[in-house]
Amino acid sequence: MTVAEIGRGLRAGQFTSIEVTKHFLERIDRVNKPLNAFITVTPERAMADAKRADAVIARGEGGPLTGVPLAHKDIFCTEGVLTSCGSRMLSNFIAPYDATVVERLAAAGMVTLGKTNMDEFAMGSSSETSWYGPVRNPWDGTKVPGGSSGGSAAAVAARLAPVATGTDTGGSIRQPGALTGLTGFKPTYGRVSRYGMVAFASSLDQAGVLAQSAEDAALVLGAMAGHDARDSTSVNAPVPDYAAGLGRSMKGLRIGIIREFFGAGLEEGTGRAVRTALDGYRAMGATLVELSLPNLPLSVPTYYVVAPAECSSNLSRFDGVRFGHRCSEPRDLRDLYRRSRGEGFGAEVKRRIMTGTYVLSAGYYDAYYLKAQKVRSLINADFRRAFSEVDVLMGPTTPTPAFAIGAKVDDPITMYLNDIYTIGANLAGLPAVSIPCGLVDGLPVGLQIIGPHFAEEHLLAAAHAWQLQTDWHRKLPPMFA
Amino acid sequence: MTLTRRDVEDMAELARLEITEEELPVYVESLSSILGFVDQLSAAATDGVEPMAHPLENQVQALRNDLVTESDHRDRYQGNAPLVAAGLYLVPKVIE
Repeated sequence: MTVAEIGRGLRAGQFTSIEVTKHFLERIDRVNKPLNAFITVTPERAMADAKRADAVIARGEGGPLTGVPLAHKDIFCTEGVLTSCGSRMLSNFIAPYDATVVERLAAAGMVTLGKTNMDEFAMGSSSETSWYGPVRNPWDGTKVPGGSSGGSAAAVAARLAPVATGTDTGGSIRQPGALTGLTGFKPTYGRVSRYGMVAFASSLDQAGVLAQSAEDAALVLGAMAGHDARDSTSVNAPVPDYAAGLGRSMKGLRIGIIREFFGAGLEEGTGRAVRTALDGYRAMGATLVELSLPNLPLSVPTYYVVAPAECSSNLSRFDGVRFGHRCSEPRDLRDLYRRSRGEGFGAEVKRRIMTGTYVLSAGYYDAYYLKAQKVRSLINADFRRAFSEVDVLMGPTTPTPAFAIGAKVDDPITMYLNDIYTIGANLAGLPAVSIPCGLVDGLPVGLQIIGPHFAEEHLLAAAHAWQLQTDWHRKLPPMFA
Repeated sequence: MTLTRRDVEDMAELARLEITEEELPVYVESLSSILGFVDQLSAAATDGVEPMAHPLENQVQALRNDLVTESDHRDRYQGNAPLVAAGLYLVPKVIE
């Protein structure tokens, strides 16, 4: 059942939040182990939340999300609960406060089931770099679920939770969404507060949602979004009623097809599914225009300067002094820092910290960091030009369906290129969504829709229109049907 | 772009990361290939292009009134600390 359906059932008295919550907790108990989607399950908290929600509903109060369970990516601080970020560094960190996202969804009456697995510090595209072990794709246990929000994606795809939060720095919501058959929504930079969300690359990080449908994404996003004085990049603009805007017609919608997204490297079946979806939009009355964003192919190298630079700075806070992992018996302060960080961080995180250290170091700053920020301006200008001609841009979310666990983990560049279609939206701060548009050899593939800043409503309406006509988003992994 | 062992040791030292002997050649190789990969940016024509400062236009830095808004959470926060005494974080001796 979707979030919207559970919400309606609860308000109609068909079942209680306690019953629904028990259902999901039992399902997690039964099938989480092979998937490894959750790092922490919080049954006591969930039952307490559910009891409270049932009382609210019994009084005839609450909203569409009251009593509906969800899971949080383990990057969001949850008071009194382990918040590990998939890292040994934070494997002993009990968050002393709630992230704004956690606080707002709790205030909307949602029930917290637990915390989901992820690539360490959200650095990865496969959810294999977690200190807690790799996550498996419910569609095929030998395949990755994508990353970094792979635990959230696997949890929702296998219906261990009706919806889950995620974060997207270079595609970490949309790519796992595509690889697990979900609606993965990344809002405009600044639309959702980053307060209490462990920082990776602060100019790119944005919280969003992995959902079963655009309707669910609209409901949950509406409750998450909005200004927060505790995040200085949070945008102070009213949040539209996303759910109310879903009915918008596709007639006259101008869709830009990004030529650069259909070149070599795009797997044939994925390309075919995406083109079929584009024809579907044309049939709904949209106009398709092919256009070029010439600087977009530079997204990945730009990202792998900017993101590591910001990460090397953000992760300097992990020093083994105030919280997190500390090595045993340090000889002196330097040894304490070096060994605590050397032991606490995994290989990919260390690789990115060192890359960032290099590109920011004296003598290299202009050649790498400054140059990358200039190319980022060019990419941003490409998008702006495109949006003067069209309402939204469409293309594939990923070049291929889910790949095998272990296939790319030793080859960083190949892994990085998985995000070739998603990174552009992060560099320009744009909202984007991935929706399921087909199966290739039994594995889901995603259609990506990118919009101008604050076009969340248009993206959700476009995604919803597709989901009214198709049932790809209703398909379940055969093992979990 | 080919880095030397020394380059990687320098980066690790700047970032305060202990890297083992066995890990070192792996990082020399992967960091060389990453820097080689991002080197394609050098071919982009960026004369007269301003570096991007913020993804959104017309954003102004939010300011707040200069008032105390935080309450004291020292004990709770230090609950996560590896070593504290009398409300202080303990580290190895810095000054002999």
